[in-house]
Amino acid sequence: MENDQDKILNDVTSGEYKFGFVTDIESDSIPAGLNEDVIRLISSKKKEPEWLLEFRLKSYRHWLTMKMPTWANLRIPEINYKDIIFYSAPKQKIAPSSLSDVDPELIRTFDKLGIPLEEQKHLTGVAVDAVMDSISVKTTFRETLAEMGIIFCSFSEAVKEHPSLVQKYLASVVPYTDNFFATLNSAVFSDGSFCYIPKGVRCPMELSTYFRINASNTGQFERTLLIADEEAYVSYLEGCTAPMRDENQLHAAVVEIVAECGAEVKYSTVQNWYPGDKDGKGGILNFVTKRGICKGDDSKISWTQVETGSAITWKYPSCILRGNNSTGEFYSVAVTNNHQQADTGTKMIHIGKNTKSTILSKGISAGFGQNSYRGLVKVLSKAEGARNFSQCDSLLLGDKCGAHTFPYIEVDNPSAIVEHEATTSRIGEDQIFYCNQRGISTEDAIGLIVNGYAREVINKLPMEFAVEAQKLLQISLEGSVG
Amino acid sequence: MKDNFLLQIKELKASIDNKEILKGLNLEVGYGEIHAIMGPNGSGKSTLANVLTGRDIATVTHGSVTFEGHNLLEMSPEERAREGIFLSFQYPIEIPGVSMVNFMKTAVNEQRKYHGLEPLSASDFLKLMREKKELVEIDSALTNRSVNEGFSGGEKKKNEIFQMAMLEPRLALLDETDSGLDIDALRIVANGVNKIRRPDTSVIVITHYQRLLDHIIPDFVHVMYDGRIVKSAGPELALELEERGYDWIRKEADVSEESWTTDQK
Repeated sequence: MENDQDKILNDVTSGEYKFGFVTDIESDSIPAGLNEDVIRLISSKKKEPEWLLEFRLKSYRHWLTMKMPTWANLRIPEINYKDIIFYSAPKQKIAPSSLSDVDPELIRTFDKLGIPLEEQKHLTGVAVDAVMDSISVKTTFRETLAEMGIIFCSFSEAVKEHPSLVQKYLASVVPYTDNFFATLNSAVFSDGSFCYIPKGVRCPMELSTYFRINASNTGQFERTLLIADEEAYVSYLEGCTAPMRDENQLHAAVVEIVAECGAEVKYSTVQNWYPGDKDGKGGILNFVTKRGICKGDDSKISWTQVETGSAITWKYPSCILRGNNSTGEFYSVAVTNNHQQADTGTKMIHIGKNTKSTILSKGISAGFGQNSYRGLVKVLSKAEGARNFSQCDSLLLGDKCGAHTFPYIEVDNPSAIVEHEATTSRIGEDQIFYCNQRGISTEDAIGLIVNGYAREVINKLPMEFAVEAQKLLQISLEGSVG
Repeated sequence: MKDNFLLQIKELKASIDNKEILKGLNLEVGYGEIHAIMGPNGSGKSTLANVLTGRDIATVTHGSVTFEGHNLLEMSPEERAREGIFLSFQYPIEIPGVSMVNFMKTAVNEQRKYHGLEPLSASDFLKLMREKKELVEIDSALTNRSVNEGFSGGEKKKNEIFQMAMLEPRLALLDETDSGLDIDALRIVANGVNKIRRPDTSVIVITHYQRLLDHIIPDFVHVMYDGRIVKSAGPELALELEERGYDWIRKEADVSEESWTTDQK
């Protein structure tokens, strides 16, 4: 039986990464390494206003005083910031105002990824902002959205066209001093998406940003800012892929969400960065700071994430529940296969009265993967009537992987009710055999069982992405049962 | 074209952890026949079910098994299932989060694909499910739940028979299907099996007790002891076993076979 297990574990390699191709496109890159001149160069390339350059420099100077965090349950390879290219843009003669201005090679790339940039061909009713390396390639459906007062554009454009909004909200949820990677991002962020939903508007379509790293030795540092004004609603989805490369690539993004009174933001991520090969070589190092604030009363922020990629995932999408009766939710499926490592979870900070939070984390470990849930539930003294329910489940495939849970609970109000449940289980050979005996192959059986396990989270995704996520889960775990 | 037997087992020997459990078993099952295999605990009945369905707990060391003339031992467990071998598990397995509908749809369509048929449409599938549910008198609530999750012992056994109805096997192995069933559940399960059976469907009932055989009348009864079939006869043998227990078989077998083979080693 031991042999069988080895054989099956070896079969893991059959689940190949589908998005590992490289687009051959000329890019405008700056030399590797980081110093104040590089930051000035990035800022000038983007023709930024003075206040933004100051923000970057302030962040950079602070970053120099910081050390990389080592508290996570991760073995992180040394990151040499001298070797990273901090800005790379696919070369385009002019900023594209219509699709015909976009390099056909870029359009082909996004087509290959299943992200059509042509609006009329886009039947799913999803507006897309496509970001390759450091810049936004094209944002679809802008005009349609603009009629409703919705702003959805690249971060760079927002800086030019809506500077007061950007200045008001930038770093209002994740301050530039927040943590090593967020501070680095604040210094060097290149592009990303900006979204503003005005008062009382329900955004009629899914908004989506698609991130693609293409150039080698390049870091990706995008910045997303999402503002839902009073009584507004938006559902936002982010997807990501990268080519297969032998070296590690750094991805350090920041996402900030602001929900005003009665607003609701649903933020979904399907993260499929290149995870490295079966021996753990290469792959994206994913250090991301995502945080939302329920600023007004009765507001709601919901994070849903399906994390199947990256060599290392370090990510804690969090909610600051400041408004009374505000709600925070975190639904997560994180897969680690082969030598992938994930340390992911959330923070729910209860400040307002009668604030509610729900955490549902489903970890899946296979191969030599290490999967940690790290979550904080903090109830401040004024958060009368706060409620939290957390459930952390771990599923193990094989006997060389690991699942770990690090829950932190800090309660300063006696009326709070905080619940935490945790389970660890394994896909049993008996479950697989039961499926086999009904004519279902082992691979399909794993797909069924894993998707059954993750169903509660997958169901939270917008319909068209739930199907994708299901397939992705199956591909990421192909043949990985012992 | 057709082989004389649906299933033919010749001199089958199989071990678990180097301990021989099946010690030269012979059995021939014709089309449409019902065979009962009885015997005391530890005689190798469940191992036989494992070997026939391809579970890798046991290693076959000798002998052959053919299914319609094809070498069964070369097939993967799922191929055997798609060829029409169905095991009603002694202890059905729970699969949390996987709905019965999704599970059965996957199973039925895999089988159809194997036989070169198009997958069933959602509406045809649901219709099929409804028909079969009625046939085996299964509560519709059960099929809306996750596979066996939180089912009682009796519900699990009924669910096995429901799956059997859906997959229409050519050879059904009922492994201790009667254990843990009350009289009513036993009747439902047995009736289900009888209704599902087509004229050429064969059944092997593995059981300790006579009582299931009151409802599913066997053509042949075999007694298994120490890894072999030591006695075969008609249904009257089951009644005799019920009356006299297994001790006389044990004695008969020990005298005639077991001491002999031990000496030889």
